[in-house]
Parts: sequence; structure tokens; C-alpha cells
Amino acid sequence: MMIRLVEIKKTYQTSSGPLQVLDSVSVHIKAGEIFGFIGFSGAGKSTLLRCINLLEKPDSGAVFVDGENLTALTKKELLGRRQKIGMVFQHYNLLQNATAFDNAAFPLAIARVPKAERRERVLQSLETVDLSDKAGDYPSKLSGGQKQRVAIARAIVTKPKILLCDEPTSALDPQTTRSILQYLKRINKELGITIVLVTHEMDAVRSICSRVAVMETGRLIETLDMSKELQPPQTGLARFLFASGAGI
Amino acid sequence: MNKIIELLPQIATAFGQTFYMMFFTLTIAALLGIPLGTYLYLIRPGSLMQKPRLYIVLDAMVNIVRSFPFLILLVAIIPFTRFIIGTSLGTTAVIVPLTICATPDFARLIEQVLLEVNRGVIEMAEAAGAGTYQIIWKVLYREARSGMVCSATLICVNFISYSTVAGLVGGGGIGDFAIRYGYYRYQPEVMVFTVILIILLVQAIQTTGRIIAQKLDKRI
Ligand SMILES: Nc1ncnc2c1ncn2[C@@H]1O[C@H](COP(=O)(O)OP(=O)(O)OP(=O)(O)O)[C@@H](O)[C@H]1O
Ligand SMILES: [Mg+2]
Repeated sequence: MMIRLVEIKKTYQTSSGPLQVLDSVSVHIKAGEIFGFIGFSGAGKSTLLRCINLLEKPDSGAVFVDGENLTALTKKELLGRRQKIGMVFQHYNLLQNATAFDNAAFPLAIARVPKAERRERVLQSLETVDLSDKAGDYPSKLSGGQKQRVAIARAIVTKPKILLCDEPTSALDPQTTRSILQYLKRINKELGITIVLVTHEMDAVRSICSRVAVMETGRLIETLDMSKELQPPQTGLARFLFASGAGI
Repeated sequence: MNKIIELLPQIATAFGQTFYMMFFTLTIAALLGIPLGTYLYLIRPGSLMQKPRLYIVLDAMVNIVRSFPFLILLVAIIPFTRFIIGTSLGTTAVIVPLTICATPDFARLIEQVLLEVNRGVIEMAEAAGAGTYQIIWKVLYREARSGMVCSATLICVNFISYSTVAGLVGGGGIGDFAIRYGYYRYQPEVMVFTVILIILLVQAIQTTGRIIAQKLDKRI
């Protein structure tokens, strides 16, 4: 079991009172799979994803990654574990004042990998997303799809076991979306990295996920195995998502 | 015209004094103001090391010092200046009030510039396992560097204006020179000449600042 979330609860204090965003969510994500979370806006998908590397601290519950309880670690130990979990964001979150190379090298600098070692790993990472020729370019000169590929190169440069993706294709056109999804699939297959994918788009789930969890207002209402053909969705929302196809 | 030529050596000395004051004032203001501004940014409510109560206190202190009219600050801290420098008169002594004036301004500008840094990039750094120090050096200062140069430029130009008051405590400098010769001795042509020099100086500072800031900015 790569990732195990146990009874995760999270409530935000807002100006209009407490808002329960995660209500006892438990999930098991297996090593080597591409696991999707789908649901309407505000369902709590991003919050749950951010609980995996504890960018968000759950009020209660436990997060196990590779058998280790992250919620029990000290702050310093946690920083070390995060270096081994890649993350990809909807809006790329690239450093504007750094080249594609330096962006991809960022996690290595954070992990204090010696400079001499960095170069080769960064070039290899950029090669994986076919961006070797853009190494010297600043993000402002790159298209959205290229920016996201730099972000993916950055996320895999530390050779993580897990890649967390929060709507990595939501800002991209359909064709670029397909290309990004294919890169993710390849990374999963060839590098054996477990991928957690949060998305609105049913197409994305269909094309690369092995399993998907459907979320609604802070709850996991159903988990579907995509490899088992025609496993009928049980809940109304899941049926809606599968029928609407294009996404929500 | 003859009068100006006669006074050229003194104008040169005055410029020398201005640069002397400027160098020390800005260096110390940067060494104190950048960390203070960064700290203000970090302890803001909702920020990386939030300390809401301490923020309120520091924020108010910065505002109080900033709202002092410079002339009053200069006089009010004479005992402090004497304690630090040994005298409250002269070019070196005036560096103390000038620094006290510039530091909170600088800190506030730095805080504002850091607030412009995209939260998403900071979150990315946190996800990569970066500690607060690494976020400051590898994300905040990197992304905000051109804004920080603009802030320094602004502080530099403000300094020229404040330093004119330095004459009051025998500080000298080009602004003091303009007042002494142009105003007190009523030599309009000398005043006009020095004011033009000051305008050129400000232009030069502004242009240099802009060029450096543009060089550092890769956002567009
Ligand atoms: N820091 C916060 N403070 C208060 N409320 C928050 C905070 N972060 C998220 N929320 C709220 O929690 C709920 C779930 O947010 P979350 O971002 O996890 O949803 P999501 O499923 O990812 O939605 P989307 O598809 O729009 O990204 C939303 O109602 C949101 O307004
Ligand atoms: Mg979201």
C-alpha cells in the first residue's frame, strides 16, 4: 500500500461559521497505480490531495505513505519526506525569474543535492518531457503545455515514488491536455511512480486512471475500478459523471 | 558663471559628502530594512510564520517612525546620535537620523514587494520540502528581486531630499550647499546650478535602478 488515508477530517473556520471540508475520508492507493479523485468544485479534492504531503494538516486522522505515518513526524522529518513526493499544480507554479533548467533543478537545490549531480538529473528530467531544447528559456517564453511539462520535470527530478497532481490539465486545451496525460501515463509506467490525480474531467480519468474515487461535499461516495469494464456506477453522482463523459 | 566656477571645488566636496552619507545610510538601511521587511512579511496573519500580535506591534512601530517629520526626528534623537557617533554634529553624525528614517521606509517597501510574490510558487516550494530560510532565499528574493531594486531606488531618491536638512547639524552635502549658497546668501544662479545637478543625480539614480530592475525581471 503506497498511500493510506485514515479517517481524515478537516474543518475550516470561515466568516460564516465552521465549514467541514473533509468528513472521515479513508482511501487506500496502491503502489504503481494512477488514482483519480473526481467531483464538483468545492467537494474537497484539493484539500484531500494536500493532506497527503501535509501541506494541509487534517484535524484528525492519519496519513500513511509507504507504511510511515506522516502525521507523527517532526516538522524537519516531514520536510525530508516531502522531497520524495512530487507535486504538479493547475497553474504550474514556476519561478518566473528562473529558466526551465533552474525550475526543474529547484527541488534538488532544496534537497541540497551537490551541484555536480544536479545537471545530469535535470537534463534527464527535461528529456523525459521532451523539453531538452528549452532548458535555457524563461517561463514567460513557454506555452501553457510547455510550462506544465517543466513543472512535471521538476516534480520527478528527485525520483519520487509518488506524484500528486492537482488539476494539471484544467488550464489547457484538449489537445495539450491529452499530451500532458500521456506524459503522466508514461512516467507512471516507465518510472514506476504512483500518481494521484485530482480532476474535473471524466476524460482524464478514462484515459489514464486505474481507479477513481468520486467525492461529494467532503465525502468519498464511491470508488470505481476503471480496468474492470462496465462496472456499473452505484451512486447518482458517479452515474452522472460517467454519462456526461466530457466532464464537469 | 564666474561665481559657479569659483565654487566648483566646494560643489565637488558637497557631492563627496552626499555620496558618503548616501553610501552608509543606504547600506545600513538595507542591512536592517530588508530583514525587517522580510520578517514583517513572514509574521503577517496567514503568512509562513504568522504571529498576529507581534505583527500589530512591529507594524505600528514602523508606522510611528515613518510618520515623524524628518526635521523633528533629527533633533529628537540627538542624544542617541551622540551616544553612537560621539557627536551630534557633522557628516557622519547625520547618517544616524538618515538611517533611522530610511530603514522603516525600506522595510515597508520590501514587505509590499514580497506580498506580490505568487502564493502558488511558495506552496510549490513547501511541497518540495523547503524550509522557511530556503523559501526566503530561493523563492521570495528571487521572484521579488526587481521590485526590491525599485524599492532601493526609491529610498535612494528620498534620501537626497532628506539629506538637504543635514546642513542643520553641519552635515553638508549637495542639498545643504544649495540652501546655504542659493537661499541664505541669495545667489540664485548658484542655486539653479546646484538644483540642476541634483535633478541630474536623481535622474541617474532612477535610470540605473530601472535598468537593473529590468535586467533582473524575467516575467515578461
Ligand atoms: N484555507 C481555506 N479556508 C477556508 N475555506 C477553505 C480553505 N481552503 C478551501 N476552503 C473551502 O473548502 C472547500 C473545499 O475546497 P477544495 O479546494 O478542496 O475543493 P476542490 O474540490 O478542490 O474544488 P475545485 O474543483 O474548485 O478546485 C471549498 O468550499 C473551499 O471554499
Ligand atoms: Mg481544487
